[in-house]
Amino acid sequence: MIAILDYKAGNQTSVLRALNFLGIDACITDDNSTILNADGVIFPGVGAAKQAMDRLLEKKQDLLLKELVEKKKPLLGICLGCQILLEKSAENNTKTLGIIKGSCDKFDDSWTDGIDENNIPQKIRIPHMGWNTLTIKKESPILKHIKTGDSIYYVHSFYPTPEDKNLIIATSTYGKEFPAIYGYDGLWAIQFHPEKSGEIGLQILKNFNDYCNNK
Amino acid sequence: MKENLCKRIIPCLDVRDGKLTKGIKFENNIDIGDPVEKAKQYYLDGADEIVFYDITASSDKRSIMLDVVENVAKNIFIPFSVGGGINSVQDMRAVLLAGAEKISINSAAVKNLNLIEDGALAFGSQAIVVGMDVKQVEKSEKIPSGYEIVIHGGRTYCGIDAIEWAKTCEKRGAGELCVNSIDADGTKNGYEINLTRLICNAVNIPVIASGGAGKPEDLIEAVTKGGASAALVASIVHYGKYTIKDLKEKMKQANIAIR
Repeated sequence: MIAILDYKAGNQTSVLRALNFLGIDACITDDNSTILNADGVIFPGVGAAKQAMDRLLEKKQDLLLKELVEKKKPLLGICLGCQILLEKSAENNTKTLGIIKGSCDKFDDSWTDGIDENNIPQKIRIPHMGWNTLTIKKESPILKHIKTGDSIYYVHSFYPTPEDKNLIIATSTYGKEFPAIYGYDGLWAIQFHPEKSGEIGLQILKNFNDYCNNK
Repeated sequence: MKENLCKRIIPCLDVRDGKLTKGIKFENNIDIGDPVEKAKQYYLDGADEIVFYDITASSDKRSIMLDVVENVAKNIFIPFSVGGGINSVQDMRAVLLAGAEKISINSAAVKNLNLIEDGALAFGSQAIVVGMDVKQVEKSEKIPSGYEIVIHGGRTYCGIDAIEWAKTCEKRGAGELCVNSIDADGTKNGYEINLTRLICNAVNIPVIASGGAGKPEDLIEAVTKGGASAALVASIVHYGKYTIKDLKEKMKQANIAIR
């Protein structure tokens, strides 16, 4: 069973619907023992880093997340969940979980993506909203059947930068190249939304479940 | 150099009393099918996102729309937004909980500007799309761009310049704008490119061009000359003249980044 951590952070029901569609046994829960006994845990989230941290701290779920990582429970952070695994976020200068060294910074609206019909570089619009492509940096069980060039759906204004570049599994480019997925076997942080990335996203969620079940 | 972020094609499904419908210039609506089935078809055909616009007239039938949203959310795994009849943060919450990613507000934002800000605070800017219905008028001191915001399907002029309105919406926390030309809507004569470009230049959030798509070249124009991040389509795909796939193929051939 996959537990989706409930901290009232937005997209948990979308994640649940995608898992249900795949026939994966899953629930949304804030019950510690259910979470500690699950085969794997998904840490979702949309919205602001500060509010999310406040809610986690209020219910001591920061400690729960750290315990999960110490116990090597498979963990998948999505979007905001991916960002706040790092130490800090430039979003309202928020101190975040610090499970992985690094920080989260804002896209700079002076960066450009593509050119217009007059060959003028086009400034990026923020949020980075829509479909972009993956460039795979290293093999990972989370990327089984996924290849460079596959499209995934993003909605975010901040992007994660883990200190250890060896943790970067795949990237996308929007003004600059940034990590789309970072982590290691059993702890993955995904900046895009697999639950909204069509067949590619569903495959990634299935890969996570497969990893949890074969561990 | 091609952009990395793909341009989106977004079919718009007008829903009345839980049924798919389509009219021209907001009039003479006829039922054309089941919104959930149609959404599934577009999802499988490569739609990048889907917009549902609830034109149900009576408020007691609103819950039908929530059922539609829930059914869609169980079956398609791309983002979709819902507009029409959303007048409060409470309405927004109901739609988002039913499974939509974004809500689109239009006349409600004109009547109550705080709604944009309240929605953005509660759910994040990424969840708040402001739909703007625009009509071309004579340029004046009040409407310097010659594009005026209208509501009630174009029957009421608001005395607000569309360019100023776009900037205001961005400032208040809108995450995206959907710019719908009432003059072009349903005509299949192409998007209002000049309007689209003016709005795109005025804001730094993504802009969806809406109203008037009749052929693939219209979409290409909207995202190149118009500068839009996405193009809304309705009649052009609803009646089977083109599939989403056809449109995407043409755009790829024009060297546009497409999923």
